[in-house]
Amino acid sequence: MSELQRTPLFDLHQELGAKMVPFAGYEMPVQYALGVMKEHLHTRAAAGLFDVSHMGQVILRGESYEAVAEAFEALVPMDVLGLGEGRQRYGLFTNADGGIDDDLMFANRGDHLFVVVNAACKEDDIARMKAALEPSVAVEVITDRALVALQGPEAEAALARLAPSVAGMRFMDVATVEIAGADCWVSRSGYTGEDGYEISVPEAHAEALCRALLAMDEVEAIGLGARDSLRLEAGLCLYGNDIDASTSPIEGGLVWAIQKVRRAGGDREGGFPGAERVLREMAEGAPRKRVGLVPEGRAPMRAGTQIFAGAEGGEAVGVVTSGGFGPTFEGPVAMGYVTAGFAADGTNLFGEVRGKRMPVTVAKMPLVPANFKR
Amino acid sequence: MKFTEEHEWLRVEDDVVVVGITTHASEQLGDVVFVELPEPGTEVTKDEEVCVIESVKAASDILAPIDGEIVEVNEALADDPGKVNEDPMGDAWFFKIKAADASQMDDYMDEAAYNDFIG
Repeated sequence: MSELQRTPLFDLHQELGAKMVPFAGYEMPVQYALGVMKEHLHTRAAAGLFDVSHMGQVILRGESYEAVAEAFEALVPMDVLGLGEGRQRYGLFTNADGGIDDDLMFANRGDHLFVVVNAACKEDDIARMKAALEPSVAVEVITDRALVALQGPEAEAALARLAPSVAGMRFMDVATVEIAGADCWVSRSGYTGEDGYEISVPEAHAEALCRALLAMDEVEAIGLGARDSLRLEAGLCLYGNDIDASTSPIEGGLVWAIQKVRRAGGDREGGFPGAERVLREMAEGAPRKRVGLVPEGRAPMRAGTQIFAGAEGGEAVGVVTSGGFGPTFEGPVAMGYVTAGFAADGTNLFGEVRGKRMPVTVAKMPLVPANFKR
Repeated sequence: MKFTEEHEWLRVEDDVVVVGITTHASEQLGDVVFVELPEPGTEVTKDEEVCVIESVKAASDILAPIDGEIVEVNEALADDPGKVNEDPMGDAWFFKIKAADASQMDDYMDEAAYNDFIG
């Protein structure tokens, strides 16, 4: 195995007493002194600061935004051309079989498209974009900027103390903002179900920005452990667990991310990898569906737990893809795939934990209501 | 008090042995969110899995450190698993076991040896 990489905030993590673990080729903080439970609750109550510098940041530049958007639409089933300047959208790289090769965020930055992809997929994503877009569109991988997220109901108050203009941003707005003397690319978005910001900051300024935020009473450093339980309660997919190269956007419950213009009957219908399966499943339904699952009692149902229709016998009708304890939900929470006939909210099923079938109910996601500033 | 390499502690209390996990173990586990306890009256043999602990990170088993009969379990842990992090060496004991052969305890470490063991 090759050596683990470090983010520009590595020294700060160590100073803060983080427990570091390998994640997607990086040494990342899984938790700090507070511990996963308190870090989770703090983020929902005040504001949490996350280092997500391991994620891939890419700029796509061409003759115009429109030229780049048109080319990019061949890779994703999203409306890229119709995205307004200064706005961001959730996207998916689909494959020829209609599965999902990665999920991503993309933003219209006026003269270019800014893309953020998952750490574990970034090499493949960059190769895919280069192969499909060059030479008419230049693929510029950003390696000299850190990426941090500030999440929670007090994120606005905290960041606005350093840069008052961020208070005026709405959910999914993107802007260049000077924060603590650095040119930052700020979006009002995140991966926790809370209001907040994601901030791309030049690496030389990253530690100073984090120190300025952490000096505020409402801000605590939060590790990957709490990031996972926060996104799980919020019903957000972890690529590789909840969606992968075999799951379609329809199975994954991500049809909302495919705008009308790319659907059947739209002006730019199809034209992305796997369109045949994606459009067919949109019309006819998919054989399985991602659902929220609430286990009865306190025992968590982890990823891999088999789901059954009855308390005894029968074949599995589903499987848990992410599961654990929800500190805000105050009980075990999970998501997973079930056969279409068992996907309705309120369906009573059973998860097999250590050889015992335990009751679990299909539930509408998010399990903890989102708190975005629309 | 005696300690096992599985990070359990054993304390003799009258004619039973009280079993819990060490502070070191509870710190390694992280926040405990679920504890599954055995039924009182269960006969167990050494190294048999008798409890399940789930933390925010993962599930782990607690093994019976000696042969005997489980005579009492700490029901309070089922309702408040977080006690395992708050007071692992005291209030958060897991079960009491009536030893079939008390000499099995002799193999375990004393506190100084355990502290060396965890380094």
